[in-house]
Amino acid sequence: MPTVRFTTALRRFFPSLKEQEVAGGTVAEVLEEVESLYPGIKDYVLDEQGRLRQHVNIFLSGELIEDKETLQDRVRDKDEVYVFQALSGG
Amino acid sequence: MKLLIGTSKGLIAYHRSSDAWKIEKAHFVGMPVSMVFADPRNNTWWVGLAHRHWGQKLHYSEDEGRSWKTVPMPKYPAGAEYRAGKPAVLKKVWCMQQAGPNRPGGLWLGTEPGGLFYSADNGQQFELVESLWNHPSRLDENQWFGAGRDFPFIHSIVVDPRDEDHVYIAVSCAGVFETTDGGQSWAPRNNGLIAAYLPNPQVEVGHDPHLLLACNANPDVIWQQNHCGIFRTTNGGQSWDNVTDKDGLPDYGFALAIDHEDPDKAWVIPAVSDEMRVAPGLALCVCRTEDGGRSWQALRNGLPQEHCFDIVFRHSLAKQDNILAFGTTTGNLYLSEDYGDSWTCLSSHLARVDAVTFAPG
Repeated sequence: MPTVRFTTALRRFFPSLKEQEVAGGTVAEVLEEVESLYPGIKDYVLDEQGRLRQHVNIFLSGELIEDKETLQDRVRDKDEVYVFQALSGG
Repeated sequence: MKLLIGTSKGLIAYHRSSDAWKIEKAHFVGMPVSMVFADPRNNTWWVGLAHRHWGQKLHYSEDEGRSWKTVPMPKYPAGAEYRAGKPAVLKKVWCMQQAGPNRPGGLWLGTEPGGLFYSADNGQQFELVESLWNHPSRLDENQWFGAGRDFPFIHSIVVDPRDEDHVYIAVSCAGVFETTDGGQSWAPRNNGLIAAYLPNPQVEVGHDPHLLLACNANPDVIWQQNHCGIFRTTNGGQSWDNVTDKDGLPDYGFALAIDHEDPDKAWVIPAVSDEMRVAPGLALCVCRTEDGGRSWQALRNGLPQEHCFDIVFRHSLAKQDNILAFGTTTGNLYLSEDYGDSWTCLSSHLARVDAVTFAPG
């Protein structure tokens, strides 16, 4: 199964968040699994239209995902899905 | 009594002890608190967070901040479009208002890009008020448009204490709208306002109220600090009178407070102008009227009178009985316990203040 990792910034809202293996053949499916483990987390990553938030990035084995609208990038068993926040000032 | 300060770096709760106001606790430290509402029916504290990365969030506390819970965020329905072909996405939560004693779980929520939401179950679920969202004026980019933001936003909700089906909202930019049937239908109430930034300043819709408040003792008297001056109605918004001091200070500004017993009393905090958003003369003052806006008095005692770059945003002035408090864009917090005659600086070390409200306790 693919492994999903998160920016530590999300631990403030989901203290038990940890790197782990989850099922899923697309980024969207992986996030659905994550949502079932940490209810509410999807709203932090996606907007209400299901799109990746503007200042959030998801890397798939080191590469930014291509489909930020419907998250249909294919995920393979050995892939790492990394949810990260974009850099900002202030 | 508590004083809740929403800042760009957290929620600061002050408590009034026997002799002084002191910080009781800081909540959500480091997070932008864009909205604060203390429900007078049950003293539930509501906070809107405007995360840079993670979107808008709502949290509430039923025990004066000892513990916090969250609710699912209001969502624009699938297919809802801000404009044709442009999906509507929640940009910011601007204001919350209780729906009256006869709707104990009722809450209104004003948002950007122009959606009004209603919850019948104390915020556990919010639904878009479709009647306003589908109002013909909202769909017209010449009538609803952003002001200082990319999208129009609902920043004021006034519920008539005599009739909870009677509600006003104010939108920047669009103007004031009224419903008398609990939100099933809406009508603009902008007669007498001025939109000096438009080719036709007397448009029906396209105005920029900055804040709207109605007097509890006489809810037909409604005040607004507008982009183009200060306006007051005595007939429930059928017509507005311009009560700007033409020769004096109060004209442009954001914040407004009113007296809920005396409909002739109000307070504003002037800035120079749209183009010059600083305190006039770089000297901070609060202006008070006690005669319905016919005359204004500048109150300066205790406020900085030189080299002052503070201005005060629309939700950052609050009044409770004889006490007024306001927070500024540069993180200063001032309080008066004599209706504004004299002021004390409670803090000069806060972050930008976006919301100020009083709460029991």
